Amino acid sequence: MIPEIGHFALILALCLALCQGILPLVGAHRDDAAMMSIARSAAAGQFLFVSISFGCLIWAFIHDDFSVLYVANHSQLSLPGIYKVSATWSAHEGSLLMWIFILAAWTMAVARFSSDLPMKLLARVIGVLGLLSVGFLLFALLTSNPFERLVPAAIDGADLNPLLQDPGLAIHPPLLYVGYVGFSVAFAFAIAAMISGELDRQWARWTRPWTIVAWLFLTMGIALGSWWAYYELGWGGWWFWDAVENASFMPWLVGTALIHSLAVTERRGLFKSWTLLLAISVFSLSLLGTFLVRSGIIVSVHAFATDPTRGFFILAFLSIVILSALILYAWRAPGLDSEVGFRPLSRETFLLLNNVLLVVAATLVFLGTMAPLIADVAGAGKISVGAPWFVIAFSVPMIPLIYLIGLGMHMAWRTQNAAPIVKLMRVPLIFALVLGVVVPLLFYGRVGLLLVVGTVGAFWIMASSVIQPLRSWRRERGATRITRSALGMSVAHFGVGVFTLGVTIVSAFSIETDNLLQPGGTLAAGRYEFIMRELTDVQGPNYIAKEAVVDVRHDGEFVAELRPQKRQYQNENWMTEAGIEVGWNRDLIISMGEQVGSDVWSVRVQYRPLVRFIWLGALIMAFGGLLAVSDRRYRETADAEPTS
Amino acid sequence: MGRFLLPVVAVVAMVIVLMIGLTRDPSKLPSPFIGQPAPEFDLPSLSNPDERVGSASYAGQMVLVNIWATWCVGCREEHAFLNELQRKGAIPIYGINWRDNRAEALRWLSEFGDPYVASGFDVDARVGIDWGAYGAPETFLVSADGIVLYKHLGPLNPHIWQNIFMPLIAAEGATR
Repeated sequence: MIPEIGHFALILALCLALCQGILPLVGAHRDDAAMMSIARSAAAGQFLFVSISFGCLIWAFIHDDFSVLYVANHSQLSLPGIYKVSATWSAHEGSLLMWIFILAAWTMAVARFSSDLPMKLLARVIGVLGLLSVGFLLFALLTSNPFERLVPAAIDGADLNPLLQDPGLAIHPPLLYVGYVGFSVAFAFAIAAMISGELDRQWARWTRPWTIVAWLFLTMGIALGSWWAYYELGWGGWWFWDAVENASFMPWLVGTALIHSLAVTERRGLFKSWTLLLAISVFSLSLLGTFLVRSGIIVSVHAFATDPTRGFFILAFLSIVILSALILYAWRAPGLDSEVGFRPLSRETFLLLNNVLLVVAATLVFLGTMAPLIADVAGAGKISVGAPWFVIAFSVPMIPLIYLIGLGMHMAWRTQNAAPIVKLMRVPLIFALVLGVVVPLLFYGRVGLLLVVGTVGAFWIMASSVIQPLRSWRRERGATRITRSALGMSVAHFGVGVFTLGVTIVSAFSIETDNLLQPGGTLAAGRYEFIMRELTDVQGPNYIAKEAVVDVRHDGEFVAELRPQKRQYQNENWMTEAGIEVGWNRDLIISMGEQVGSDVWSVRVQYRPLVRFIWLGALIMAFGGLLAVSDRRYRETADAEPTS
Repeated sequence: MGRFLLPVVAVVAMVIVLMIGLTRDPSKLPSPFIGQPAPEFDLPSLSNPDERVGSASYAGQMVLVNIWATWCVGCREEHAFLNELQRKGAIPIYGINWRDNRAEALRWLSEFGDPYVASGFDVDARVGIDWGAYGAPETFLVSADGIVLYKHLGPLNPHIWQNIFMPLIAAEGATR
């Protein structure tokens, strides 16, 4: 009965989404206040019924209702409780429902926190979001109904993929989706503004905080996914340039560009058409990502098993959404950009460079991801683009970007005199040059050209981004009190520096050794020794495992005891559970490969210096975004002009 | 307005590429072997180096030829299902143990069960090349007159068996 309620609630949500998508837009066109006022209540109703539906699916998982096909395929009686809940979004149907739920939640948030928005604009924004909901609800109901019954019911489920039985992965998809889907708000604002033709700076002001919130969730989601892959797969890698990873990374890159471009549009009224195009692109890339993951068009470890009708449905939906947005853009964008000049040395120039480099990076990732597909369609055979290509292609725009960030954040709008900026940047530059050479030499005993480019760049950004907060804090003469928005920017950029340092050091100084190991044996990674004391058998809730007890010593001194496992789950899946000794300055990892003899295992040990900085940097970036949206001016009334 | 239409053009092109792409299966590599006579082979037996295993061993029967190795995770995945086929007497299965170590391969078979009538020991992968092996596991369905009816890349499972292999076996049986 509960699954049927869920199904029925989903159908009702579709009806309400149709109301929400059509009536307010028509009302805004006809200037009909009654029709426009439907927007808020329809959005609330849609959210309510989508929540009921999503709740019913979670209920079916918690209560092991194996008469529901989707539950039977992705859960099991012996699955620990928390994973029964997260199994809800572990595959296509459930995660699609979660996508719909999050879209409805964003719509509710827009309806709730937009009291200062003109009625017409609000009606249009909610209307556009409603039309997006219609598309996804139809997709779920027509091709991917999560409530489909299984007759006769299964006695036990097929179990959740063991890879997904992990706390990191339980919250990674929700965070990622909040980010992904959140860009729909920026998209809806862009469409609403284009319909009305009122593309003023106010529009950018409204869009900005929503975009930053979506971006900070996406940042956390990607970081968490990377962290999960790192410890769960136990390969020591933290980014694999897999098609699906790229699918989440492209919206991040373009979303980052959008945040910066919105700043220019809000403050200076420039780059309007470009900002619009970015707002459309970010959400289009989110849609494209959804398509890549769910259509089975690209081979990936992440891709959901699918059938082609789903692929065609999303492709049709994606084409309608993107093409209608772009045609609207082609109609409205010409003549939008005013002739307000800025000097070559100004904040505008640097933000333009930021945008160009980020978009180039996103384009390269896009081409690398799509190349196998394009080659196949063009009849050039099956090819695959590997991580080495991505690393090189991605570094080309990113290295200049890192150096420009340090300079760009101190530039004044319109025009900047060269002399004061040179004076200001002298100290951070010397600081970065010295530390960038000394740190690798002192702690890791080696320097190289590319390595120094990375470390100097990292220290350069970090040093440069503390200048403003520091001056404000010390109340220096001539320094204005820093706004939350500017503080957020400084913090986020500091995060970029921390991230860059982590990536540079871990790429240059990681050590990994593979060898056979048996109790009593020793394996070394640099100055760390891994000594296997014994092998034991472990019984888990839904798996049995072979566990190695390993002592780690550093120059003979005891550091930690690690217990890596090789698990066999009840559904016959094998999993490697790496033993990781976490430190702020290095991780030590041991993972068990194959059993080669009665007590002999192939084992990989790794030393990963500063790897934590990668995720720490991402978290700092997200925190910077949080500081920026808490700025007072986003809560002030619409007519207050920005002062700083 | 012209340059503002460029994104539209780009997206239309992308959609066309995706549309064509959707009709292809990315994991399917076209095999030039299907419909052709299966390559002949003659290898030392895995279990006894003095014996030979090869196409002669199964002449006149419809068989599965399965390329496997102990280092291959997919082989481990499909192993239980191969055992099941063997238990049911569905079809004789011949193995080509590819680029492997004899002791490890024998230990694997004793540990997980041996679904093969016999396995050839292809340590230097010469036979693997003849059969166009990209990566283990690969499974060939060879008809009684030695024609490759189907080639499956990756682990075999009940779904693929039921939907692809069984119809082919039934159709082949009906024509003779």
